[in-house]
Amino acid sequence: MKSLDRKLVRDLWSLKAQVLSIALVIACGIGGFIASFSTHESLLQSRDTYYDTARFPHVFADVKRAPRTLLGQIAAIPGVSEVALRVVRDVQLDVEGVAQPMVARMIGFNPEKPQAMNRATLRSGRWPSPGARGEVVVNQRFAEVRGLRIGSTIHVLLNGRREALSIVGTALTPEYIYPTRGGLLPDDEWFAVLWMDENRLAAAYNMEGAFTSALLRIEHASGPQAVIAALDRVLEPYGTRGAYGRAEQVSNKIVSQEIEQQRITGTVLPSVFLLVAAFILNVVLHRQVNAQRLEIAALKALGYDDAAIAGHYLKFTAVIAALGVGIGILLGIWLGRQMTALYADFFHFPEFHYVLSAWVVGAGSAVAMAAAFGGTLAAIRGVIRLRAAEALRPAAPALFRPLLLERLGGARLLRLLTPGQRMILRNLERQWLRATLAVAGIAGAIAIVIAGTFWRDAVGYFIDVQFHAAQPGDVQLGFVEPVSGSAQYEVARLPGVQEAELARTIGARIRAGHRSYQTVVTGLADGARLQRIVGRGAGGELHEATPIPGALLLTARLARRLGVAPGDTVWVELMDGQRIGSVNARALTVGAVIDELAGMNVWMRMSELNALAGEGPLASSAALRVDAAAEPELLQRLKEMPGVATVIIKRTLLDTFRKTTARNLLFFTAILTAFAATIAAGVVYNNARIQLAERAWELASLRVLGFTRGEVSVLLLGELAIEIAAAVPIGCLFGFGLASLMVSLMHGENFEIPAVILPATYLYAAATAIAAGIISGLLVRHRIDHLDLVAVLKTRE
Amino acid sequence: MPTAPQALFTARALTKTYRMGEVEVQALRGVDLDVYPGEFIVLLGASGSGKSTLLNILGGLDTPTSGEVHFHDHNLTAADERALTRYRREHVGFVFQFYNLIPSLTARENVALVTDIADRPMAPEEALAWVGLTDRMDHFPSQLSGGEQQRIAIARAVAKRPQVLLCDEPTGALDYETGKLVLEVLARINAEFGTTAIVITHNAAIAGMAHRVWRLANGRIAGVEKNERRLSPAELSW
Ligand SMILES: Nc1ncnc2c1ncn2[C@@H]1O[C@H](COP(=O)(O)OP(=O)(O)O)[C@@H](O)[C@H]1O
Ligand SMILES: [Mg+2]
Repeated sequence: MKSLDRKLVRDLWSLKAQVLSIALVIACGIGGFIASFSTHESLLQSRDTYYDTARFPHVFADVKRAPRTLLGQIAAIPGVSEVALRVVRDVQLDVEGVAQPMVARMIGFNPEKPQAMNRATLRSGRWPSPGARGEVVVNQRFAEVRGLRIGSTIHVLLNGRREALSIVGTALTPEYIYPTRGGLLPDDEWFAVLWMDENRLAAAYNMEGAFTSALLRIEHASGPQAVIAALDRVLEPYGTRGAYGRAEQVSNKIVSQEIEQQRITGTVLPSVFLLVAAFILNVVLHRQVNAQRLEIAALKALGYDDAAIAGHYLKFTAVIAALGVGIGILLGIWLGRQMTALYADFFHFPEFHYVLSAWVVGAGSAVAMAAAFGGTLAAIRGVIRLRAAEALRPAAPALFRPLLLERLGGARLLRLLTPGQRMILRNLERQWLRATLAVAGIAGAIAIVIAGTFWRDAVGYFIDVQFHAAQPGDVQLGFVEPVSGSAQYEVARLPGVQEAELARTIGARIRAGHRSYQTVVTGLADGARLQRIVGRGAGGELHEATPIPGALLLTARLARRLGVAPGDTVWVELMDGQRIGSVNARALTVGAVIDELAGMNVWMRMSELNALAGEGPLASSAALRVDAAAEPELLQRLKEMPGVATVIIKRTLLDTFRKTTARNLLFFTAILTAFAATIAAGVVYNNARIQLAERAWELASLRVLGFTRGEVSVLLLGELAIEIAAAVPIGCLFGFGLASLMVSLMHGENFEIPAVILPATYLYAAATAIAAGIISGLLVRHRIDHLDLVAVLKTRE
Repeated sequence: MPTAPQALFTARALTKTYRMGEVEVQALRGVDLDVYPGEFIVLLGASGSGKSTLLNILGGLDTPTSGEVHFHDHNLTAADERALTRYRREHVGFVFQFYNLIPSLTARENVALVTDIADRPMAPEEALAWVGLTDRMDHFPSQLSGGEQQRIAIARAVAKRPQVLLCDEPTGALDYETGKLVLEVLARINAEFGTTAIVITHNAAIAGMAHRVWRLANGRIAGVEKNERRLSPAELSW
C-alpha cells in the first residue's frame, strides 16, 4: 500500500464515528431511493404482467340493459380487437356473523366458455358447474377477511329474493387487484366479487339475451378515445353511464396512483438526505483540508502533484460514499421487501415478487456518489489552490471581530452576557456559513419527519371534512331502483332512525363547448342536514353551501376541468330517468362553484333534478342518523329489505380505515423517524466534532486556567444548542413546504388532501431533532471530558 | 554576465512582491546569485528579510515577480505548476522549521511517502539509518522529540537522493544539542553525497560550517563571505 493510502486509512479510522455518521445519512438517502423505486418497479411489473397474462381490457362500459345483438356493432368499431359482454349486478350480501349488510358484485360467468379477456385466476376450489344452482366463486380478499371457506354459505338478495349461495372456489381478477366500489375509503371488507353461472344470473334478473357490462380490447396503435366515443354512441339508447378507459377503472386507478406515489416519495425524500449528506461532507472535508494545510504543503514540497493530493481527499470522500452506498443498498433492499410485503397485503396479484433491477441500484449509487463528490468539490478546489509557500508560513491567528451586534452599537446589551456567551456568539458569527449549513441540515431532518408523518393529520382532516362535516349522518342507504318520495316516512320509521333524508343521484355527462365530463348530479332535499356541501375558502376555512334554485352548483375542480365559471352555461345529459341521452340534453346555468376536497360534483335541488329527469319525486339514496343502541336491529331489518342495494355504515368504514392505515403509518413513521434522527445526529455530531478539533487548544487552555469540564462543554455545546433552536422553526417551515410539495405532486385527479399539519406533528419532529442533538452532544461531551490537556497544548495548529 | 556553465542555480534580478489588498510588501528587491554543485551555503538574515521567499523560489514552491532563476538548464521562471512539481519531485529535498511530518504516518511511512514517488530512491530504512533513527522507525511523530522529528524530515528529504537540499531554519525549533545533531547530519550528507545544501538560519554561529555565507537584508543580498576553513558542527558554539 502506498504511504498516502496508509494516511487515508489512518485518517478515516481516527474519524470513524464521523465517517459512519455521514455514511449513514447517505445510506438513508440511497436506501429510501432504492426502497421506493424497487417497490415502484415491483408494483409496476406485477401490474403489467398481470394485465398482460389476464388480458385486462382497455375499455369498459356499463349499461342498464342492452341486447347482446349489439355485439357485432361494437366489434365493428374501428380499433376494437375483441369484445366481451357480460351481466354484472350489485346485490345485498349477508354473511353470517356480520351484522351489517354488505355489497356483492355478481359477475356472470360461463364455465364452459370462459372469456378470453379479463381472465380470473382460480386460487382454490373450482369454478361453478354449468347450470348448478347456487354455486359461486368469491374473490380471495373477501374470503380471507370474512373467514369464508369452500363449502361456506352466504346469502344474497337476488332481484329481491333471498338466496343461499355455496362457495366452491376463490379467485383473483385484474379488475379488482384492489377490491373497492370506488368510494374514498377502502371498503374491501364490505365488498365481495362473486362469479356465478351466467345463465342463472341472467335468469334471476330477466337479462337473458342482454348484458350490462361490455369489455373491449383495442388494437395497440389506436388510443381509447375514439373507441370510447363510438361505444358511447352505440350504447346511448340503453342508459349507459358512459364508457371509460383503464385510466378511469377504479382498481387500476388506485394501483397506479400508489405506484406513482412511490416514485414521488422515492424522489423527494432521498433528495433531502443526499443534499444534507453533501452539506456535511462539505463541512467535514473543509475542516479536514484546513487542519491538514501544513501536511498538504509538505506533500506539495515533496513533489506530489495536485492530482495526487486532490485524489487523496477524493478517496476520503469515496470511501465514505461507498460505505454509505453499501449500507444503503442493504437498507433499501430490506425496506423495499417490507414495503412490498405491505402492498402484497393490500393489493391482490396472483404473483407479486420483489424486483430490484440493476438500474435502481446503479442510479441510486450514482446519485449518492455525485452528491458526495459535489459536496466535497469546493474543499478539493481549496487543496489545489493552496499555495505551498503560503501554507508553510505560520497561520495567522483566526480573524475575530466584534460582533455585528457590537458594531451596530449593541455593545451595552452584550455586556450583559458572560465572556463565555460572547465567545459562543462571536464563534457563531465567524463561522456563519458552517452554522448556516448546520441549521439547514438539522432543519432538513425536521422537515423529513414532518413530510413523512403529516399524512396522518392530512388524512384525518380530510375525513373530518368529508365524513363528519359533509356527511353528519351515520348510515347511507342506496336503493336498487329510485323510490317515491313517500319512502321518506318508511325509512324514518325503521328502528333507531332519528332522522332520515332522501336524495336523488343521476349519472350525467356535462358538456361545455368541446369539453365534457362524466359524473353524477346530486339532488339534495331542501334544508338537507345529513348531506352537506362543504367547501374550503381561500384561507382554508370551511364553509357550507346549498343548491342554487334554478342553477347548478359545481365543484371548483369540475368547473376548471370544463373551463366554466359562474354565469356560464353547460349542457347536462342524463343517463337515467325519462330523459336520457344527448337528444334530451338541457342547457343549465352554473350558479356558483365550491372548492370541495373531493369529487367532481354537480349539486341541484332534488325537486329540480327530478323535474329535469322528467320524473316525479323520486329518491335513489337516503342518509340516516341512527341511535347507536338500536343499530343491530336496524341492520337486521335492512338485510331483509330487497329494495335496499347498499348500506354504508360510516363508523365501521372509518374504523377499518384507521386500523389499516395506523399499521402502515406506524411503520413509515418509525422508519422516517430513524432516518431523520440519523440526519440530525449526523449534522450535530459532525459539527460538534469539528468544533472540538478546531477549538481543542482554546478549550484546553481554558481548562488550564481553571474552567471546569462543564463550563468548557457549555462553550462548545451552547453553540449547538443555539443551532438546534434556530433549526426548529426553520425545519417546521421546510416541513410544511415539503409536505405541500408532496401533496401537490400526488393530488388525485378528483380529490386533494390538503397539507394540514397538526402541532403535535411539529412537536414530534422537533423532539426527534432535539433528542438526536442531545445524544450527539453527550458523545462529544464525553470527548471534552477526556481532553488530554498536555497533548493538546503541545500540538501546534 | 553569461551564466557560468557549471553553476547549479543562477538567479538574476529576482524580485518578489506580495500584494495584500492595498498593501504591497517587497520581499525580494533584486537578488543575483550563483550556486555551485556540492556547495554548503548558509543564508543569514533578520526575520522578514526575505530568506524563506528566496528559498521557496529556488525550490520551486513559489515564483518570482520578476527576474530569472535557472536550475541547470531548467528555467524555473517560465515553468508552470506541473513542471515545478516535477522539478521538486526529482531534484529538491525540503526541510522545514516545524518538520511538517504527516502525523498519521510513522517515521518509516513518512519517508516512504517520498520513496513512493521518486525515481531512484534509497530504501526508507537506509535513509533513517543515515539520520540514526533505525530504532524509531515505527514511531508516530507524536511519539518523537523535536530533534528526532527533524531528523526524520531530513531522512525524508534525502531519501530521493536529491541534487539540492533546502532547509528553512531546520534548528529553529530545537535546543542547542539537538540542533547540532541535526546540523551534523546535514554536513554529512553534503560531504558524502555531494548534495548541494542551502540552509537558512538567523543564528550567525552556524555560518562557520558553510562554504559560503549569504547575508540577506531587506530583500537584497547584503554580502557574501567565503569560509577559508569550514568548521565541523561540533566546533560550532552559540
Ligand atoms: N504570502 C505572503 N503574503 C504577504 N506577505 C508575505 C508573504 N510571504 C512573505 N511575506 C512578507 O515578505 C517578507 C519576507 O518574508 P520571508 O521571506 O518569510 O522572511 P524571512 O523568512 O526572512 O523571515 C516579510 O515582510 C513577509 O511578511
Ligand atoms: Mg522565514
